[in-house]
Amino acid sequence: MKVLVTGASGLLGREVAALLVRRGHTVATFQRRPSGVDGAADRCNSLTDDAAVKEAVQGMEAVVHLAAKVSFTGRAAEFDEVNVRGTRRLLHAAREAGVRDLVYVSSPSVANTGAAIAGLGAEPADPEHAHGNYSRTKARAELAALAADAPDFRVTAVRPHVVWGPGDTQLVERVLARAAARRLPLLDAGAALIDTTFVDNAAAAIVAALDRMGHVHGRAIVVTNGEPRPVGELLAGICAAGGVPAPSWSVPGRLARLAGSVVERAWLRSGREEEPPMTAFLAEQLSTAHWFDQRETRALLDWVPEVSLDEGLARLADYYRPGFTAGTRLR
Amino acid sequence: MIAAWPGVDAEWSRKIDVPSTAGTDPAGTVHRWHVLDNGPQLERLGLVPAGTLLCVHGNPTWSYLWRSLLAAGTDPARPWRVVAVDQLDMGFSERTGVFRRLADRISDLGDLTDALGLDGPVVTAGHDWGGVISLGWALAHQHQLAGVVLTNTAVHQPGGSRIPPALRLALHPAVHKWGTTTSDAFLRVTHSLASPPLPADIRAAYMAPYRGVSRRQGVGNFVADIPVDASHPSHPALTHVAEGLRGLDVPALMLWGPRDPIFSDRYLKDLLQRMPAAKVHRYEGAGHLLAEDRNIAPAIVGWLAEHVAGTEGTTAAGGSAPKGTGAGHAVSAGQDGFRPLWTLLDELAAGPAGSGTAVSEMAPDGSVARSLSWEQLEKNVADVSAGLAGLGVGKGSRVSLMVPPGVDLTVALYACLRLGAVVVVADAGLGTKGLSRAVKGATPDFLIGIDKALAAARVLGWAARLISVADLAAGRRRILGVEASLPGLAEAGARSGDRSSESPAPDQPAAVLFTSGSTGPAKGVVYTHRQLAAMRDTVAETFGIQPGDRLVAGFAPFALLGPALGAVSVTPAMDVTAPRTLTACALAEAASAVDATVVFASPAALRNVLATESGLSSAGAAALARVELLLSAGAPVPEPLLAGVQRLLPRASLHTPYGMTEALPVTDISLEQIRAAGAGTVAGAGNGVCVGLPVHGARVAVLPLAEDGTAPAARPVTEPGVTGEILVSAPHVKDSYDRLWLTQQASAGTAGWHRTGDVGHFDAEGRLWVEGRLAHIVTAPGAVVTPVGPEQAIETLDSVRMAAVVGVGPAGTQAVVAVVETVPTARKAGPADPELAGRVREAAAAAGVPVSAVLVVPAQPTDIRHNAKIDRTRLSRWASKVLAGGRPGTP
Repeated sequence: MKVLVTGASGLLGREVAALLVRRGHTVATFQRRPSGVDGAADRCNSLTDDAAVKEAVQGMEAVVHLAAKVSFTGRAAEFDEVNVRGTRRLLHAAREAGVRDLVYVSSPSVANTGAAIAGLGAEPADPEHAHGNYSRTKARAELAALAADAPDFRVTAVRPHVVWGPGDTQLVERVLARAAARRLPLLDAGAALIDTTFVDNAAAAIVAALDRMGHVHGRAIVVTNGEPRPVGELLAGICAAGGVPAPSWSVPGRLARLAGSVVERAWLRSGREEEPPMTAFLAEQLSTAHWFDQRETRALLDWVPEVSLDEGLARLADYYRPGFTAGTRLR
Repeated sequence: MIAAWPGVDAEWSRKIDVPSTAGTDPAGTVHRWHVLDNGPQLERLGLVPAGTLLCVHGNPTWSYLWRSLLAAGTDPARPWRVVAVDQLDMGFSERTGVFRRLADRISDLGDLTDALGLDGPVVTAGHDWGGVISLGWALAHQHQLAGVVLTNTAVHQPGGSRIPPALRLALHPAVHKWGTTTSDAFLRVTHSLASPPLPADIRAAYMAPYRGVSRRQGVGNFVADIPVDASHPSHPALTHVAEGLRGLDVPALMLWGPRDPIFSDRYLKDLLQRMPAAKVHRYEGAGHLLAEDRNIAPAIVGWLAEHVAGTEGTTAAGGSAPKGTGAGHAVSAGQDGFRPLWTLLDELAAGPAGSGTAVSEMAPDGSVARSLSWEQLEKNVADVSAGLAGLGVGKGSRVSLMVPPGVDLTVALYACLRLGAVVVVADAGLGTKGLSRAVKGATPDFLIGIDKALAAARVLGWAARLISVADLAAGRRRILGVEASLPGLAEAGARSGDRSSESPAPDQPAAVLFTSGSTGPAKGVVYTHRQLAAMRDTVAETFGIQPGDRLVAGFAPFALLGPALGAVSVTPAMDVTAPRTLTACALAEAASAVDATVVFASPAALRNVLATESGLSSAGAAALARVELLLSAGAPVPEPLLAGVQRLLPRASLHTPYGMTEALPVTDISLEQIRAAGAGTVAGAGNGVCVGLPVHGARVAVLPLAEDGTAPAARPVTEPGVTGEILVSAPHVKDSYDRLWLTQQASAGTAGWHRTGDVGHFDAEGRLWVEGRLAHIVTAPGAVVTPVGPEQAIETLDSVRMAAVVGVGPAGTQAVVAVVETVPTARKAGPADPELAGRVREAAAAAGVPVSAVLVVPAQPTDIRHNAKIDRTRLSRWASKVLAGGRPGTP
């Protein structure tokens, strides 16, 4: 099968492309930087470029769409342009080009209005109430993607929750950097129960969605390891794997969420490029429960995670073991 | 209009013109009524109803109150026509401009059913003052009456008592007109009684027919028509209904919300005296607007199916209805092998050992404080019995006993039982609130108590006639309102010489014992005389206790059986309500005083005995060394504790029976058997606490669990390794739950068995292993987790004193959480440190259970009575909050 993977330079995109290659598919990738995936044909371009998108989908049978502006902060217009308009552009082009199946890789945050999530399934995307530009635009894009689902153009939305693994810059390295600098507190003693997804499992689930399109098209599914843990333990596990001391001080979650939104606004006004030390979104993620009912997901995808949480942490430790120093790997 | 009535199908609402025959209306008057009636709908759907439910609201509600019943009646599986009326001047019925009194309202209702052409069997349902009116209709239509349902109502003001303060206020001239008619205060206050509070749309629907002063005249008149005393114009009509009930021979169902400031439990008690065969369910925590607080429709539908079934096509089903248990005909001892509980007591008193000690109690200094011989005990029981009879205690009277175990309790208990009175036993282990709730719900007629209990009766408003254990000074007696004392009653009874009272029938209720309340509000458990006698026989047979044995009674439930077993009993110097106060020294002194062969003690008491071992004299140690049997029950007894006890009682066989207030005991196991029953020794051994084999006369089975953690199976099984809800069948299993008809139905749902609510399995040797409570099962994805097995695995860790396994999240996909009390004790509750969490997770995983989160607590929440049963329901609620990201606090 000829498959286009967008966003293959990211942690999950790279893994998806590599897995598809290993499964014997003909894989092309589409993103701004080279993917570095052996056996995949890279096209380096942007979703904002209409012609490039059209050209990329030509001759493809399936598309896995991961490319997005992923960030805790940032300006609304940029998110709209890449995440919403870029997705619409890709959907349109793919349908025109006769692509049969499309997996839109989404996020559980599209349905997260800030309340704790304990054992729920995939609730409908809610752009009105989703927190932050990223979630809001991903929600709008997911609604557009699922609306495009048709018998001859099957679309599903897969929402992996908190993907991490060796080489992860979004969560793992940020946690390690902050912990190393003693800037990572626990919120409310770190009790919030969080489910996460080891990157290999997320990639396998996405590929399973392509295989099981007949069962999953037209709907959204949440994918996780199905192993909720208190966030404090999770952070401690990541820190242990990375060889830095675990966070040991706690602040009230409400205070952190408030501080986060203050910092966020000040940061945006200052026009800084790098991520702020604390954001409301991050504070919320670290202080409220997010774990999901995986029974339907596993039945629909005919898939179970192969790498357990503890095995994932062990692999992370292996990754950091040879000659690891805070200076070389952390930015 | 109907759009604003959530829960009401527009098709039910109709108006009907009804010619009035009420004395208060001029001849030829026609009134327009509004009713909710699913009759036309049933007809349209082609459904033939089994009968009609005629529902009558009270003040200030309207037919809207019955909407859930209308919906239930339209169920094609079992259709009932439900006619819920709006009384005249109420709801959306006509405002007649005439003050309608009780007699008018009863005749009004008859006019309506005539106009509706209601023939065929009718079951009435009434709430509040609608209860009286519905019963008035019932008495006038007995030819078609098939049953009555009552919810929070009253037909009579019990003698000497005043109407409730809330009503007195509403009737006060300064308040009445403004409170009920001019303003909507009476409506608002009534609506506010709902718990949880009514949603705004439902509140608005209740208010809808009463907007504007002119629409509320009926509300005010209703209040003014409450017959406060015998001079009231409606008093004769009320009395007619109240007295008429005694002759009403139809099935009755009474559903009650106990938290009702107006229609409290004493009115339920009054109704029950008039209709003793009624099925009763008190919804603990619900109040006046019961139909809003709880979904009562399924209870009514279930009751109709069971008790009013087969009414189709008949017009007088009432006569064929079962009338409950018999009317108390005396059955002489010996018939059908029944021997009353006091048989051996009488025999021993009359025999050669009559002058020997029967009961005694120890003083803190090690001397015998009091003691009665068998002759004295028999005479004392007979005297007090006669004295109680003179006071008015009779068959079926409820007598609450609040007396610590010892001589006085033994005398009071056997005196009541011989009279046919029902003893109510709730102990301080329920806590003040739980105890008060239990006593109020059981509505004792009399209370025999120590000073503290009598004072509590005053303060907490237990409406019972009071009898003190000891003679009190006149002033104290007056303050407490005490009528008599046990010594006084014995004296009076001896003077009267009255010994003629016949023995109560074996199948009459004898006792209401309360559960520990560790799994929800304490429930009253009713035992008949036959069941109490069977309990005695089971204990005698299983443990070989017989006349000649001498027992130390350190555990209340079994202590009372001493005289029944013909065994000498001694109460050690301890606070029996606080088992942890039993010291090794006090136990040894008691054992020495009677040269004890048997010791009853709870696990908590044994723990303290071991802790105070060093205080033991060599004579004390020798007395303990002569003990042959130890029974410890009430909570699981860990093996190390038993091993310690074995050192103190080297000759004794140590037994830990398993049972519950509803069935004492169910199984038994000894220390040797516990040691032999290691996990994995035979198929099915492990994952739980081994409680041994069924006791004499008992059968045990399980109802296999389904994936959702319930036990829906119909067929009990005993195959090894199959986990299910534990069932027991034995002559000494309880008769019923007191005033908890629905609970009773559920517990007796598998014919011939009592469902214990515990979960467990058998091993290949037929031994039972208890895995926890059905209500505490965790339903993780793809696995039903019972708590005890993983808890035991976690408790093998040195740093864990006590573990609880609970679930958080939705059923079927719950995350498993381990809550641990640590060594050393944690300073505050919260997530375990990653190191401990890892070890706990590993231990549980070895038992096959994946744990998501590990929380620590400074102390586990346990029951007051045994200090051993962890309140997992409460822990689960707390864990859900903490793990959702809330601040930990304490569970």
